[in-house]
Amino acid sequence: MENSVKQQDNLVGVRKLSFSRGEKKIFDDITLDIERGKVTAIMGPSGTGKTTLLRLIGGQLTPASGSIHVDGQNVHRLRRAELYNLRKRIGMLFQSGALLTDMNVFDNVAFPLREHTRLPESMIRTLVLMKLHAVGLRGARDLMPNELSGGMARRIALARAIALDPMMIMYDEPFTGQDPISMGALVHLIKSLNTTLGLTSIIVSHDVHETMAIADYIYLISGGKIVGHGSPEEIRQSPSDWVQQFMTGAADGPVHFHYPAKDYFDDLVATGKRY
Amino acid sequence: MIKFLNILGKTTTASFTKLGRGSYFLLETLTGIIDVMPRPRLLINQVYSVGVLSFLIIVISGLFVGMVLGLQGYYILSDFGAEETLGLMVAASLVRELGPVVTALLFAGRAGSALTAEIGLMKATEQLSGMEMMAVDPIKRIITPRFLAGFIAMPLLAALFSAVGIIGGQMVGTGLLGVDDGAYWSQMRANIDFHDDIVNGVIKSIVFGFVTTWIALFEGYDTVPTSEGVSRATTRTVVNSAFSILGLDFILTAMMFGDH
Repeated sequence: MENSVKQQDNLVGVRKLSFSRGEKKIFDDITLDIERGKVTAIMGPSGTGKTTLLRLIGGQLTPASGSIHVDGQNVHRLRRAELYNLRKRIGMLFQSGALLTDMNVFDNVAFPLREHTRLPESMIRTLVLMKLHAVGLRGARDLMPNELSGGMARRIALARAIALDPMMIMYDEPFTGQDPISMGALVHLIKSLNTTLGLTSIIVSHDVHETMAIADYIYLISGGKIVGHGSPEEIRQSPSDWVQQFMTGAADGPVHFHYPAKDYFDDLVATGKRY
Repeated sequence: MIKFLNILGKTTTASFTKLGRGSYFLLETLTGIIDVMPRPRLLINQVYSVGVLSFLIIVISGLFVGMVLGLQGYYILSDFGAEETLGLMVAASLVRELGPVVTALLFAGRAGSALTAEIGLMKATEQLSGMEMMAVDPIKRIITPRFLAGFIAMPLLAALFSAVGIIGGQMVGTGLLGVDDGAYWSQMRANIDFHDDIVNGVIKSIVFGFVTTWIALFEGYDTVPTSEGVSRATTRTVVNSAFSILGLDFILTAMMFGDH
């Protein structure tokens, strides 16, 4: 609380967060801030727990130590009803889209509205069509999720995530497995939604190029620690070897190409010995 | 030896933790009833998919079980010249035992495995998680209606099974083997007791419905969210349901008919 001016700008504050899964430490004492109204990216190699971080922020997982504040509320101190009220103001886009497979596109987008509001059906229709129009898929309202391409499913999920006009959206790997055109559409959508709806966005990704294009601020996570943070420009000019390897995608560097093993020659001549 | 103890200990703790998780899950499911009450549509849809879709398998199986009972009963009873009591024998076996038990076993195979697979896939494709993040409790929205549906459908299906079975027995007994039609029905009417036979049979099927649906939903909800995990969970549902049904049937029968 020492710098209260800075506190006010941040929608999410993560303080000294540690989290383990079994023996494995996923996060070790990390601290980061998500500024209100900005697009903040959290990047790092696969398996560094980026998705876990989103689940921690959403209160689906509980940290071993440390705290997470969202809009001034300590997520893990909230009672169940309060947590659910907070979640209504947070949209989340899952990697798979997580559309409900037994409903068509329209009902999927209408789902949060029907669950949380008592709006008349005519108004729900108007709202759903507006949200679908925003992601460019108003014409796909009658399709079932299994008829959608991966990119369309993600856009529908995005329409659903903004259905309740949240203050923040968390994107879990939004660019993974997309063709260049739907990738472009998503990049454009994330940026424009953030500006037009006055949202705060958190993007978890390892797609360097796309993420750098839209992020205002970037945190790089590896091995449970924050290894670098700053604006895209600062990250690009970072002196850290690790950051440079990640950004340029070099096969060898601080992160070795070879999984730890014994000497290659010794390994090859050690025939006849059974393991 | 140490290794054996180690495995024994691990298995025991694992099964008790699972039982604990299962009980907590059941508790949450039951508290969800309050939220499902004002939304009967959710329940009706599930009664349809759990109950009505099991209709055909129940009717066909019931018919054949009744016909076999008619045949076997006739062969044994005619040795004693008691083929007139065939109606009683068929009805008593069906209402007391075969109706609830076979229906529950078929239900576990048809509806239980489908429930596990459905819930498991919803978990694997992050649908449950997504619902949680939309501030919708998946237990209340998804699990509770299905649980109630299984609970409601099972006694109805068991009653249907028994009714069709009695007709199957009659078809074989009076139509094929020449038992007197009047005797078939009157023996049944005179000797089947409403409380001892029918109510007890219904109680059994309610208990089986409760347990089978609980197992099916919990296995789905507790599944390892991969395709392999879902297929394992589905198998476990059928196996565990069968064990529970047969074990509980013994206990219930001993309690209900023990003092005769």
